Formats: sequence, C-alpha cells, structure tokens
Amino acid sequence: MPLTASLALTLPELILSIGGMALLMVAAFGGDGLSRAIGWGAVVLFAAAGFALIGPAGSGGPGFDGLYIADSFGAFAKLLIYVAAAVCVMLAPGFFARAGGYRAEYPILILFSSVGMGMMVSASDLLTLYVGLELQSLSAYVLASFQRRDARSAEAGLKYFVLGALASGILLYGISLLYGFTGTTLFAGISDSLSKGIGIGQMFGMVFVLAGLAFKISAVPFHMWTPDVYEGAPTPVTAFFASAPKVAGMALLMRVAIDAMGAGTDAWRQIVVFSALASTILGGVAAIGQSNIKRLLAYSSINNVGFALFGLAAGSAEGVAATLTYMAVYVAMTLGSFLCVLQMRDADGAPVEAIASLSGLSRTRPGLAAAFAIFMFSLAGIPPLFGFWPKFLVFDALVVAGYWPLAMIGIATSVIGAFYYLKIVKTIYFDEPASDYGPRTSALEGGLIALAALAVSPIGYLAIPLLDQTSMAAARSLF
Amino acid sequence: MGFPILTLMIALPLVAALACLFASASGARWIALAATLIDLALGLLLWLNYDVGGAQWQFVEHVPLFGRFAWALGIDGIALLLIVLSVFLMPICIAASWEAIEKRVPEYMAAFLLMETLMIGVFAAQDLYLFYIFFEAGLIPMYLIIGIWGGANRIYASYKFFLYTLLGSVLMLIAMLWMANEAGTTDIPTLMAYDFPPDAQTWLFLAFFASFAVKMPMWPVHTWLPDAHVQAPTAGSVILAGVLLKMGGYGFVRFSLPMFPIASADLMWLVMGLSMVAVVVTSLIALVQDDMKKLIAYSSVAHMAFVTIGLFAFNRQGLEGALMVMLGHGLVSGALFLCVGVIYDRLHTREISRYGGLSNNMPRYAMLFLLFTMASVGLPGTSNFIGEFLALVGAYEISSWVGFVATTGVILGAAYMLYLYARVAYGTSRNADAAAMPDLSPRELAILVPLGLAVLWMGVYPESFLAPMRQDVGHVLARLAPAAPESDARIAVGEPETVAAHAEAHH
Repeated sequence: MPLTASLALTLPELILSIGGMALLMVAAFGGDGLSRAIGWGAVVLFAAAGFALIGPAGSGGPGFDGLYIADSFGAFAKLLIYVAAAVCVMLAPGFFARAGGYRAEYPILILFSSVGMGMMVSASDLLTLYVGLELQSLSAYVLASFQRRDARSAEAGLKYFVLGALASGILLYGISLLYGFTGTTLFAGISDSLSKGIGIGQMFGMVFVLAGLAFKISAVPFHMWTPDVYEGAPTPVTAFFASAPKVAGMALLMRVAIDAMGAGTDAWRQIVVFSALASTILGGVAAIGQSNIKRLLAYSSINNVGFALFGLAAGSAEGVAATLTYMAVYVAMTLGSFLCVLQMRDADGAPVEAIASLSGLSRTRPGLAAAFAIFMFSLAGIPPLFGFWPKFLVFDALVVAGYWPLAMIGIATSVIGAFYYLKIVKTIYFDEPASDYGPRTSALEGGLIALAALAVSPIGYLAIPLLDQTSMAAARSLF
Repeated sequence: MGFPILTLMIALPLVAALACLFASASGARWIALAATLIDLALGLLLWLNYDVGGAQWQFVEHVPLFGRFAWALGIDGIALLLIVLSVFLMPICIAASWEAIEKRVPEYMAAFLLMETLMIGVFAAQDLYLFYIFFEAGLIPMYLIIGIWGGANRIYASYKFFLYTLLGSVLMLIAMLWMANEAGTTDIPTLMAYDFPPDAQTWLFLAFFASFAVKMPMWPVHTWLPDAHVQAPTAGSVILAGVLLKMGGYGFVRFSLPMFPIASADLMWLVMGLSMVAVVVTSLIALVQDDMKKLIAYSSVAHMAFVTIGLFAFNRQGLEGALMVMLGHGLVSGALFLCVGVIYDRLHTREISRYGGLSNNMPRYAMLFLLFTMASVGLPGTSNFIGEFLALVGAYEISSWVGFVATTGVILGAAYMLYLYARVAYGTSRNADAAAMPDLSPRELAILVPLGLAVLWMGVYPESFLAPMRQDVGHVLARLAPAAPESDARIAVGEPETVAAHAEAHH
C-alpha cells in the first residue's frame, strides 16, 4: 500500500496533530489573550477530524504494513473520543476564568492527547499501541497538574505520572514477553501464534499486557490512582480523564483482547471477569463513604468500567457491541455529571466539592437538581433512564453467551452502586437547603447540561437503532 | 387495531405531570385532579367496552419500537380490573393530598401522575422488557414521594424501599433475558404458552420470586413495608398498599404460574410455608402495634399472604379468591390509610393511645371507619369476605393444613382490627384535643364514601368483578393442570345407605 493511501487512513490524526501544532504556534506568538479563540479552534479541529471519519479513515482497512487499521470499530471509538474531548475543551474556560490559570496549552494538550487516543484505538500492532498510549498519557500527566500553583493539582500530576509510568513499564514488559514468545508485535501474528497453543510465556505476556491496560481504564486492582488524581486535577481535566481516555482504553483493551488474543479468550476471560466483578463491588462499596463529589465520581467511573468489562467477558460480538454502547452512554452520563459539578461554586465563584453542599439544591436550583438526579439515576441504571440500556445489553450478552450466573452476580452488585447514587439524590432532594451556590454564569454550560440530560432521559431511547447498528458494525469488524 | 385507549391512559398522566412541574401549587392540584378524573373516566370506558368472554387479549396495540422493545399493550380481565382499581384510587389520592401537602405541591402532583402512568403501564404491558421498565421505573417517583413528603424517619424508609425492591427486580431481569433468548420472543402472551425446560423453570421461578415476593411483600422480606408505610404521606401509603403491592400478585399470576407451572408446583411448599408463617406471625405483630399505620401495614402483609395462598392452591376458587383479595384489599387498605390520614391531619400523631371515643365527636367518621374495619376483618357483605372465603376454600381443597393455619388469620385479623377500632372510636375521649376534632369535611366524605360504596358493591354483587376474570383464570388453570399437585384430602367412598334408599322407594 502506497504511503499516501496509508496517510489517508490517518486523516483525523493528521488534522489534529498538524492543527494542534499550528495552534501551538499561534499561542506561542499570540499570547494568552487568544486562549479562548484557540479553544474554539480546537473544537473546530475535533469537528473536522470527526467528519474525516466518513472517508477512508473510517473504513479503509489496514495501513502502514499492518501497523495501523482504520475500521468501523476505531471510527466508533474515535467519534466518541472527539465528542468528549471537544466538550471538555468547551467547559474549561468557564472554570478557569474563576479559578485562574487558563492557558492555551489546555486545548492543545487535549488535542495531542486525542491524537494518541486515536492511535490507540486504531492500533493493530503492539508498538503503535504503545506509542499512542504514551502520547495520550504524557499529555494527561501535564493536564493533571495544570493548575501548577495548586498543591493538590501538582500532587495529582505527580501521582498520575509515577503510577502511570509503572503501568507503562508493566505493559512494555508484557509486550516484550509476547514479542519474545510469538516472534512478532503484529496483532495478526500474535493471534496466529496463540492459536497454535498458549505456553507459560505467552500467558505471562497476556497477563502483563492486560494489567497495563487495566491501569489505563482504572479497573480494579489497578484503580488506586483514580480517586486521588480525579480529586486533585482541575474539574474540567477530571471530566476529560473520566470520559475520553476511558473510551480509548476500553476500545484498545477490546481490540487487543479480541484481535490479538482472540485465540486465548478462555485464558483472559477469567482475568476480565475478576476485574469486572472487583471493579463493580469495590467501586460501589468504596464510594459510599466519600464526601467529595469528585472522589465519588472517580469510584463511580471504576464501577462503570466494571460493568463495561462484563460485555468483553462475554467474548462475543454482541458483548463487544454492548461495551461500546456502554461507553457511549457512559460518556454522556459522566460529562453531564461533571458539568453539574462545575456548577457547584460558592457566591464568589470558587469551586465547591463537598457533597454536603448539594443539600436542598432542588429548592435553590430546581433545573440543575433535576439534571443531577437524572444523571445519578441513570448511572445507577434505573429504567426508564437511558443508563439502563447499556447495562441491559451487557447482561444480555452475558446471558446469551451462557454466563448467566455471572450476570446474576454482576447485576446484584449494581444494587450496591445504586446506594451511593441515591445518596446524592437524597442530598439534593430530601435535605434542607444549605448555603446557596453562586448564580449560573455561562449559557453554554447550561445548554450542555440540558443536552446531556436529554440524551440520558427516556428520549435517549430514540437513539437505540442508530447505536445498535453502529456498535454492531464496529464489533463485527473485530471478529 | 382500534382506538389506542391504553396508550392514551398511559400518556395522559405523563403529559399532566410535565404540565404540573410548570404550574403553581393550586394549578398543579387542579391539573392533577382533572387528569386523574379523565383517566378514571377512560378506565370506566375500558371496563364497559371490555367484552367479557370475548378474546383473551383485548385493546391490543403493537408498535415495534427498536428491535428488542415493542410498544405492546393489551389487557385481559385480570389486568382490566387492576387498571380500574388504579385509576379509581388515583383521584382519591389527589383529593386526599389537597390540604395535607403544602410544600412543593407541583413536584408532588407530578410524582403521583408519573406513578399512575407507570402503574397502568405495568398492568397493560405485553412485552417482557416494557413490563420491566414500567415495573422498575415506579421506584423513582415512590422514592421521591417517601423521601420528600414523608415523616420523620423518611430517609431510612426510602432507601430501604428502593434497595430492597431493586435487588429483587434485577434478578428478575436476568431471568427475563434468559427467557427471551430461549424462547426467541418477548411477547408475554406467547411466553405464557411456552414450555420452558423443567430444570430451568426452578431457577427462573426463583428469580421472579425474588422480585415478586419482595413487592408482595411476603414474610420474611416484608420488613421494608411497615417502614415505607409509616413514613410515606397518606396518599403514598394508599398507592403503595392499594396498587404497588398488587404488582407482586399480578406478577405471580401473569408470569410465575403460567410460565413456570412445573416449578410452581414443585415450590408450592415454599410459598405456602412462607404464607402460613406470614398469616400468623404478622397478625400477631399487628396485635401489639401502637402506631395505627404500622398496624395496617402488618395487616397488609397478612392479607397478602391470603393472596399467595390462593394463587398457589392450583384451583379456580383459590385463584379467583386471591384476585378478589387483591382488589378488595386495594380498596380497604387504601380506605383505612385514608381514615388514619383524616385524623392524622387533625392531630398530627398516629399513636393509637392519643385517640379514643371518636364516635362521640366524629360520628360520620366512626361509621365509615367501622365499615372499612369490618371489611378488613372479612365480614360477609363486604369485599374482603368474598376473596378470603374463596381463597380459603381453595387452600383447603389442596391442603387441609394450609387451610387450617390460614383460617386462624381471619380470627386474628378480627382481633387486631376490632381492638384497633375499639381503642380509637369507642370508650371515652382520653385527650381534650382529640375530643375537639371536627367531623369529616365534605372533601373527606367525597373521598371515603365512593370507597365505601365500592367495598359494599364487591361484597354484595361480586359477579361484576368475577365475570371479567373468569375466563382468564381458566387459561391459567389450563396451563397449571398438567403440573397441579395432588390434594391431601382423601375422599373415602362410603357404603350407600340402603335403608334410606329403601325408605324413599316406599314414598
């Protein structure tokens, strides 16, 4: 395949990286006064990259001699990533305007991180995977400590970096084992080799690779960094961490598990099942005692990743499609929740993170309270809210694949999770009003909240045919 | 497909609920009352147009939505009566909350109207998943109703209600997924005729049992009910006791019995055992309560045990009796909660010992309260007599021990209800403030009198209610017949009385 054809497959990444570099130049010479304009420039780039997926970048097949693949699976994940990243760019200026320290590097780092995520989900070789992952992670480390004068933010960045580097090391070790025992880094080659039998070396390689990836999606037992980093990072950055990189990590995990290790499904399934169960239980139990809303949402993301992993545990196309749908709805719910969290600020505009400050929100800000309640019930998976649908699909995939006892246990753990989501609703609706929040300042944020709330309300069910079709097409391209 | 009356009945309260959110307090009250009254009129229209003895499923609507879901509605006689019960109780609930609820009225009315939408949806759904969504979604408005407008300990009660019922229903969801996968359809009428493998039936039955037993509620998973009842506002208790509990019984008769007949027969001992314990134990617990609402809550558990006993008697009397108890209890327990609400609104306490001698200063109230007390006891001429009698006859037919133990519940029921009534209405007034309470206002009369008339109608002419369900009970029995367990009664054929026959021949 000629180089130009291969490059055409990576059009979204090209748009984002070249555009990102151009914006960096603008920022360097234009000064911080242009920060907002650069943010909108980044949103335009995301839109352009999204449209580029319509062409060969969405369905062109393998390129670069098998290092990279542009298929509908990658396109589905990329679209989600771009939407989530664009929202995170849009919601930042409002936050930093009050907290201070908004700089043009924020949208640009998110752009570069998204390039990395795009490579992750389109990787069909362990090295492409690693390069993409590192590009994403390095941008993320910087983002975590974006408020450099804030001790918590700096701490979050450092923690994320140290533990992230450890995870990268584990991942690289796994990659080297797989390479050593199979003689190739190409997913297709690894798959061929594994189908001839799985020795102890391959087994170890698989375990280490999966462990490294589990860190990136913060699945138990590699979740420890999540609450600290989520709490410390500036809220828009936390929203970003909880959405786009999760999608990328989950998509990457699925591609590696199915494409490269498909022959070893029975071997990795137990790892995934353990991680899924542990994530849903720990994510549920540990969240109960939290008093900081960002920490709580961190545990909620662990909990949700667990449910998404159940789809992968089914090991079928339906399961993968269910996980993709899960991630799509999860992104809407999570971004919506964080948008609500961004509204939590006192009369001076300083952000408030204590759950107790939500008391009686339904009296003081009924619209915001209703949106928050919708996101919480939806995260808990209570019908008729849309958050029910992906859980339904995931467990349906498990039952169809014959793992109904696992489905029984899994769904029972969702009741644990329901408790702390209810706690938020209780604080908002049942408790007496606490101190007032400052007034709403940005129409954009209000509009985004309304949009996300509508998407996860029963109206979201209208999207089911589209989601079903695209996620199924995406899943089929893996099998 | 004719006029989509069921869709209209489901959509109307939903639209009204949204309208309430944007209305003022008094506006919301009137919107809610109007919407529930129109729904009642539609419900009566439904009843009048229901062709008794006609097709099994009537007013059928089927619109495929998106692959797995279908907007499939349709009712048989059993669903019809429960829908009529729901729409009958709703305007009463709204009227009962007219003055009692002062804060956040628009949200309150919206929550109740949403509840009505979901209740009708549960009884009308013919698609497995659609049923589940309606069934489960009811948790949200009820959680809010208990949590926002409830009593002092409302938060504990609302959590307990939510998590208990949620845990039960999620297991049912997995069973539903399995069934849909096995049978290849989510159409409830088709599934009711589908023969699941016997070993799978046991698991499926248990998964559904987890949900319905909690909802019912059966001993020992009934403990959420007294808490929820005591803390909920009056109208919330009425809906909870009147309709939500019936969803458990409806679930048994719609899913467990016809879909898993073999497992139902195999596990009859479990249901019967729990019900027998419930009848005796919860009646005894009710006897020692000094909170009126708690007493009625425990009596609900005991009455619901009659329902499960009747349902698992595997014969016509039992099933029809169980369904009649469901309807009768819906009216009577609702009315009793309203009676408690009437005096609670005046004195703001539910403690029995604070009242006494109310028949002196509130004669009309005492009269109606007496009627509902007697109905709860199961006095002939009232609704509960028909149901309890039939259920007990059915139970005796299948097992004399069950019949024997269950019948003690009637005696105990009389004991705790009469004891309650005597302490509240008879004797001399113990407190001056209780003695000064005014009698029923016209609004309260308008709430209680229709209930009283309905109770008497059911007791005097039960045929109106038995006729629509007769054929559908027959369908369930036909599904159960091959698996029905043997009765423990051994009929011994006696020697013919030759003397009498001889004597007769002479005349």
